[in-house]
Amino acid sequence: MNATADIHRDDMASKFGMWLFLFTEMLLFGGLFIVYSVYRFRNAEAFHLASEELSVAVGTINTLILLVSSATIAMSITAVQKSDKRLSLILLGITVLLGIIFLVNKYFEWGEHITEHIYPGSSILSLRGHGDVLFYGLYFFMTGLHALHIIVGLIFIGFTVVAVSRNRINSGNYVVLENCGLYWHLVDMIWIFLFPLFYLIT
Amino acid sequence: MNTEENKKAEFSYLDYKGRHKGIFAWILSTDHKRIGLLYLFSILSLFAIGATIGLLMKFELIAPGQTIVNAKTYNAFFTLHGIIMIFTVVIPGLPAVFGNFLLPIMIGAKDVAFPKLNLLSWYFYVTGVALVVISQFTGEGAPDTGWTFYAPYSFRTAGNMLPAVFGAFVLGFSSILTGLNFLVTIHRMRAPGMTWLKMPLFPWTLYATGWVQLLATPIIGITLLMIAGERLLNIGFFDPTLGGDPILYQHLFWTYSHPAVYIMILPAMGAISEIISTFAHKPVFGYKFMIGSALAIAFVGYFIWGHHMFTSGMSGSALYAFSLLTFLVAIPSAIKVFNWIATMHKGSIDTQTPFYWAMGFIFVFMVGGFSGLVLGSLAANVHLHNTHFVLAHFHFIVFGGTGFAFFGAMHYWFPKITGRMYDTKWANIGLLFFFIGFISLYGPMFYLGIEGMPRRYFDYDEMFHAENIISSMGAYVLYMGAMIIVINLFSSLKNGARATANPWGGKTLEWTIPSPPPTENFEEQPIITKGPYDYR
Amino acid sequence: MEKTEKTKDHIISYRTYLYVLGILIILTLISVSVTSIYLGPLTVAVALIIAVFKSSFVLRIFMHLKFESRLLTVLVILVASLVTSVIIITLLDYIYR
Repeated sequence: MNATADIHRDDMASKFGMWLFLFTEMLLFGGLFIVYSVYRFRNAEAFHLASEELSVAVGTINTLILLVSSATIAMSITAVQKSDKRLSLILLGITVLLGIIFLVNKYFEWGEHITEHIYPGSSILSLRGHGDVLFYGLYFFMTGLHALHIIVGLIFIGFTVVAVSRNRINSGNYVVLENCGLYWHLVDMIWIFLFPLFYLIT
Repeated sequence: MNTEENKKAEFSYLDYKGRHKGIFAWILSTDHKRIGLLYLFSILSLFAIGATIGLLMKFELIAPGQTIVNAKTYNAFFTLHGIIMIFTVVIPGLPAVFGNFLLPIMIGAKDVAFPKLNLLSWYFYVTGVALVVISQFTGEGAPDTGWTFYAPYSFRTAGNMLPAVFGAFVLGFSSILTGLNFLVTIHRMRAPGMTWLKMPLFPWTLYATGWVQLLATPIIGITLLMIAGERLLNIGFFDPTLGGDPILYQHLFWTYSHPAVYIMILPAMGAISEIISTFAHKPVFGYKFMIGSALAIAFVGYFIWGHHMFTSGMSGSALYAFSLLTFLVAIPSAIKVFNWIATMHKGSIDTQTPFYWAMGFIFVFMVGGFSGLVLGSLAANVHLHNTHFVLAHFHFIVFGGTGFAFFGAMHYWFPKITGRMYDTKWANIGLLFFFIGFISLYGPMFYLGIEGMPRRYFDYDEMFHAENIISSMGAYVLYMGAMIIVINLFSSLKNGARATANPWGGKTLEWTIPSPPPTENFEEQPIITKGPYDYR
Repeated sequence: MEKTEKTKDHIISYRTYLYVLGILIILTLISVSVTSIYLGPLTVAVALIIAVFKSSFVLRIFMHLKFESRLLTVLVILVASLVTSVIIITLLDYIYR
């Protein structure tokens, strides 16, 4: 609004703004959970059986990956608070690496289904019955939207890595990193719910 | 006095010279006042387009049979009219224009919490509008589903749904970011001494609205993505042939779109409270109840979406639950109406144009509200759903409610925003035409609906002809009234008398700074010691 | 109100984070093994309860809610309740058809 920089920084406002944004994400995925609940209720048996076709092992590994990555990004904030720039960058790097491994796992998981012609709109899938169509529609849509959020999160973390290395994020000014962490934890939490609903309802 | 005021005008936000020149000084500005005006310009333009389409629709309906367009074009008309009016005019309307301009000033702040995000909201708005416009001219033809995009037609129609759907999605982002910005602003940037219970009612309603914008809009976001998923991927969520349920689409759609009407009306109610208090020279009666009822409307409004779906095939239990809850939301609304009247009682009333708009608002809002109760009754709804009765209801309560409040707010805050006074005579003449046109246009629709005339049809039975003539003529009178009002305001920009800081004798903070305000609003941050309506 | 002074920031130790991570991993493994036993309709309930429990750790420690103003916790609970209510109300239509 004017040329002079605002010297009154309000970190609480920044964090509050991020939490409000997280609320919108909860509602966004909430809409999909509504659809999931309704169709699971109407096609309970088919959902049970379809869920068995997913690999619990891969799902569990992915869950653990995201949990560890949440811990590492949280610890990177502690590192910044303690002015341990090197440790912070290492922890952020590990977070990114774990996020990428998650996406790679997802790629192979999806790939397996797609080679068997199980994907939204495929004629093979439509022959399998309504419950299966809805289960896989929800599976691809929800894990797909989630993966999109992981990608956005990784980009965000990328920005914080640059900012930390340039000391723009430091022990006196780290709210941006906290906000990045909040976003990443939300993405983790969404998966904490997606995992049982798709993999563990056998 | 003139040179004093002239000097002050030199340093107003309108004359501020920053880094950018010409039009860039506006479209790259992060000043909440300039952004408010950017929205005003966009929204008025879109309102003009939407109103013209409405006028063409009424032209078509002046006689049975085809008058000026065929059925397909008519369907495209009412779709576009709805999308424009709902998503680009009344939902952003008061918050984006008057919220942006006035909120920081009314709480004693320099700007909103995130000024750059504020500008981004406007860019999302413009992008969303562009996508909607594109949907009219490319692909297989303009969307013809109605603004409600009901499944399965919305994914089966050849019409150009994707740009329209994405346009609405992007417009949703604009709304969410505005709400987020206002919530943080109100939480963190109130002037010292302005406790929650010393904040005026317009900011309070913007607060309640902010929560609805934040928490309801994402649901339509995801629903629109699901429609895109149906069209692009055949995902099956709403397709009965694949196991989906079209009624689920309606649940999701209305879970947002019902709270959306509270986004439309709550700031309107806040503005009306300000106007009535100022022109009655009295504090708002029942200030705390006004706050409580605003929050209650926002809250209860979340749980009553099913009243748009009474004839869709929902379960009986759902019908009862939604009908009962719908009646509940009338209570806080009624509290507000009583309190407005009580505010006027024994006040020292100055009958200026904004006050006339406020009185008109109370009348049309009540008519709209009562008709809502009629529609909320299950047995009546079976008969009235999708008839002109519904059209009358929502035009009275949305166009009447938000529209009257918008025009009232325009006149009320015109001196503050522009530094000029509008011509009162022409403002009142415009209002009179507007009001007469409004009642003539929408009044007969109640009768037409009860008699069974459906909505969204370009043709009708001869038995409905006479009332349709009255209604369509009313549209012309209304349109003329709106033109008089807008032309008067534009002409007053140049020719109006210079406005003082407080031409109405108001007590809220905006009236303590010059008209128009300087860029940073306050020379010194105000310290608040009194309540917002201290007329003693 | 704008904050112009720096308040003493609360620092969570690495150890705390690692303990919480450990708890989350254990809970994950519990949920996998419990749901592999056939519990009928209870399976989903158990899985969801464990998920909520895990989330509470993520929210309170990783996301710092335990150390922030109470307003934030209240808001998180309200928003979560809103999502849950909307899901339940919609389901109610389907259950009673």
